[in-house]
Amino acid sequence: MQIYLPIAEVSVNAFLLLGLGGMVGVLSGMFGVGGGFLMTPLLFFIGIPPAVAVATEANQIVASSFSGVLAHLRRKTVDLRMGTVLLVGGLIGAAFGVVLFNYLKSLGQVDLLVRLCYVVFLGVIGGMMFFESLRAIRQTRSGKVIPRRKKHNWIHGLPLKMRFRTSGLYISVIPPVLVGVAVGILAAIMGVGGGFIMVPAMIYLLGMPTKVVVGTSLFQIIFVTAFTTMLHATTNYTVDVVLAVLLLVGGVIGAQVGTQIGTRMKAEQLRILLALMVLAVCFKLALDLLLQPSELYSIAAPGGH
Amino acid sequence: MLRLALLIALLALPLKAEEVVMGLSRDQVRINTTFEGSEILVFGAVKREAPIPKEPLDVIVTIAGPSKPLTVRRKERVLGIWVNTDSVGIDSAPSFYAVATSQPLAEVLSSVEDLRHKISINSAIRSVGAPASIKDSQAFTDALIRIRMRQNAYQILEGAVSLDEQTLFRVGFELPANLTEGEYRTRIFLTRGGQVVSQYETGIDVRKVGLERWLFTMSREQAMLYGLMSLAIAIAAGWGASAVFRVMRQGG
Repeated sequence: MQIYLPIAEVSVNAFLLLGLGGMVGVLSGMFGVGGGFLMTPLLFFIGIPPAVAVATEANQIVASSFSGVLAHLRRKTVDLRMGTVLLVGGLIGAAFGVVLFNYLKSLGQVDLLVRLCYVVFLGVIGGMMFFESLRAIRQTRSGKVIPRRKKHNWIHGLPLKMRFRTSGLYISVIPPVLVGVAVGILAAIMGVGGGFIMVPAMIYLLGMPTKVVVGTSLFQIIFVTAFTTMLHATTNYTVDVVLAVLLLVGGVIGAQVGTQIGTRMKAEQLRILLALMVLAVCFKLALDLLLQPSELYSIAAPGGH
Repeated sequence: MLRLALLIALLALPLKAEEVVMGLSRDQVRINTTFEGSEILVFGAVKREAPIPKEPLDVIVTIAGPSKPLTVRRKERVLGIWVNTDSVGIDSAPSFYAVATSQPLAEVLSSVEDLRHKISINSAIRSVGAPASIKDSQAFTDALIRIRMRQNAYQILEGAVSLDEQTLFRVGFELPANLTEGEYRTRIFLTRGGQVVSQYETGIDVRKVGLERWLFTMSREQAMLYGLMSLAIAIAAGWGASAVFRVMRQGG
């Protein structure tokens, strides 16, 4: 069934979009990522103009994250306090990131920098997570008792301590705020929600339990993407509500399914799957940079570099 | 010199010796939610007061969508990585362009007349300000045409116009589903020996209607409200799915 999108001004297959939304929604519920980094290239591929794809996706992610968060709230796997702290940091970082992005743009070649950043970042994060989870799985298999990493380091000496009950942490608010700021900056520069950077950062830098991380990440993604949606809707007029509805119907259902799958899996299995997904995206981006494209020319809106 | 030659050529022709009378199967296209493209039949007749000249008559019909400026970029390999390097700004390119002719375009239209009336796709695209650093700016225009032709947005229909007795002509166009709103300029040229002897112009009104119209207008005129509405839909859908699954889980 073909549907004409009023803002994108293209005609698309409704069932294809429902399926796409559902697929990305499952990943969202499982791993606590928005899924924008997967959906954007897919939407480009079916002919949605890039500006509309990015803006509309933010709107769709609001829906799937909200659906996912509600499912996680029922299981009490959302650390609202930690989420709020991260969000505050994230918003500061995003504001700073936009300024930085414009500065880089004035220098030229920001496009290349972003792509290289992406590949390096995804490669490093994915690789580290992969080997760490592999080690964890081997240790459980061999029956060894995993020593719980409760090291007392300089992080625990920082002031402004706060109790994060759901995560079982009693740490200073400084590291979470800094993580939020860093992810916010990266998210603004790379133009993504930042879920797939935030999730590993929460697990490895803040030491939060994997189960809580997913819900908490989704919680803060709702606000970031809601903000992005409003920004795009009022400045670029690129949010296509018909496209969003098609995507989010699949997305919200997928998110519920994803959450159920997620809760049935072991934490290290979840981490290794996320690592594999991050590595796959990294590999695809690297290929795009290294292989000769079939069409060297591309059409873009005027004025862009 | 050229202008003088043209003037002489014009004066030499009996004024309005042949005139186009045309019709459209429809002069408006309505884009609704289930719009899947549209077919338009352009037909007409040649009205003349004198006997038919010996040289054969040919007909060219063009349909052009609204024009917009855009940028064409080219990728190049730098340090082993493919990146966008050169870019050329195109001053104006139609979102849709179709040329239909009764014989191959090169045979029915001289290049001078093409430049004057901007009939071929290449002349319908206006590109003047390519930076001096780029020597092969035509390659960018060619790429634009190539990409748009692949998307069916630019069409060359040589020989598609059927012409009977040098008087009645008719051609069908297929407008793709990905249409932009606006006035689609439709032109008919009668040519003899590569020279345009008569032309006629009209417009096809392509417009979004119903829900499409309403949403589009709202997104421009009440952007804040539109954004909030999009968010409200997202939140409601998220909540709805969650509620349904909760009921299903309790039920099952």
